[in-house]
Amino acid sequence: MKQTVPFLIASIAGLLMIAANFFPFSQSWGEVTVKWFDILAAFAFIIGGGNLLKMNLQKVSERKAGWGFALVTVIAFLVTLFVGLGKVGTHPLADHPNHPWAAPYFQDGSSFWWVFNYVYLPLAATMFAMLAFYIASAAFRAFRAKNPEAIILLVVAFIILLGRTSAGLMLTDWIPDNTEWYSYLRAEKLTGVIMDVFNLAGNRAIMIGIALGVVSYSLKIVMGVDRSYLGSD
Amino acid sequence: MLNSLINLDRRWIFLAMLLAVAIPILMQVTFPEKVSPMVINVFDAVENLPEGSSVLMAYDYDPASAGELHPMATAFTRHCAFKKHKMYFMTLWPAGLPMVQQNLDILNREYPEYEYGTDYVNLGYKTGLEGVIKLATTNLREIYSSDNQGTNLDNIPMTADLKDISKMDLIINVSAGTPGAKEWVQYASTPFKIPTVVGTTGVGAPALYPYIPNQLVGLLGAIKGAAEYEKYLIGQYPELAENPSAQEGLRRMAPQMTAHVLMIFLIVLGNIIFFQQKRKGV
Repeated sequence: MKQTVPFLIASIAGLLMIAANFFPFSQSWGEVTVKWFDILAAFAFIIGGGNLLKMNLQKVSERKAGWGFALVTVIAFLVTLFVGLGKVGTHPLADHPNHPWAAPYFQDGSSFWWVFNYVYLPLAATMFAMLAFYIASAAFRAFRAKNPEAIILLVVAFIILLGRTSAGLMLTDWIPDNTEWYSYLRAEKLTGVIMDVFNLAGNRAIMIGIALGVVSYSLKIVMGVDRSYLGSD
Repeated sequence: MLNSLINLDRRWIFLAMLLAVAIPILMQVTFPEKVSPMVINVFDAVENLPEGSSVLMAYDYDPASAGELHPMATAFTRHCAFKKHKMYFMTLWPAGLPMVQQNLDILNREYPEYEYGTDYVNLGYKTGLEGVIKLATTNLREIYSSDNQGTNLDNIPMTADLKDISKMDLIINVSAGTPGAKEWVQYASTPFKIPTVVGTTGVGAPALYPYIPNQLVGLLGAIKGAAEYEKYLIGQYPELAENPSAQEGLRRMAPQMTAHVLMIFLIVLGNIIFFQQKRKGV
């Protein structure tokens, strides 16, 4: 039963979506299915929040390694949830002066606005920016011209790294920008060739491969051949 | 010398990277940019629309990628405002809503004649990933009954008669991943033949090239694309030259250049050490 019901839901939803694409009369069935999916996706946030609390509180109560970070996560989650749902610090809108809760949670100066702009935004940007340091360190220690494939990768990397900045332009600006073959040695044109020819061909092949894989896997799910997504119980 | 380089503490590399990025930022250096044909195509897609066209601004990014994507999003917003296009903002990312809000703030601050409800509207965030796109293209009211502030769409002049987004004149999508450009192409641009331009991260751009020119008019890749767009926009609308916040992408290209040059230097240095070690049989 635990496997049959979810399988039937997945299979019927999948068949409806396929039918909606081929038979005009069933288009509205597909819309209903998508609407249900949107509602379920909203509930997934609640499950996600509950799971985050459960995992981290377990870690704190058992004093597992890094439990302090888990505590920070729980506190940050609860504070953000409280100020967002409670619309803390918002001011009533001019249209609804007697209904303070009508104000948007992300109103300028509200607590949620403050948390987002002065905590989440800089932290998220910092995490992303830190990649530059680790990539630089990894480039120094690991990017070696060990074999012909690695040499090709290195040369392409240099061209793209230079071509995607003004350095490439400055270095190759002396090459005339005309229709002759040598004009393709200009950094911006060389980068363009790599992106428009080699990258395009490779990505197109990958994309077609993935699409065929998705079709085949989707059919397996709809037909019930593959039930691994239901778990092992 | 070789030994000290082999055992180089990685904190020196971190310091070098910090200086490579910080110095150009602090000195506010900018370098010349050459606008590529791809960026001109994207610009023309917005520019050549008749004044007052309907443009869907799908801004699917969050603060983590804002450093790379926000300058192009603001450039698109400013360009549409100059052309007096009707802008419909929305996002499929939970943390994308404040990013949209920052673009609305630009409209409020720099284009006071732009009025909410008649010139632009914020449809906000909806859960459901690509399902939202699918519903919005066939029956918008199934997924959006009100705007982000809870005002019924029937009471907003721009959306009162809007049944779906399939009649949009252009989709502008700034995408940091999934759901994003690929989903817009698959569920909106291709089936409903809506012209679409995309701005995306450096990592995401290569995967979108196969969609050009049939499904996508063009794309802006990373901060380089944003800088070129800003330069071209300033060329066409010189009043922006006085606005420093309209040149964010151009300013960010200088630290990017020095960081890239440092990376190349480190790779070359690492390989010199590697071959020296190999020669000595270490």
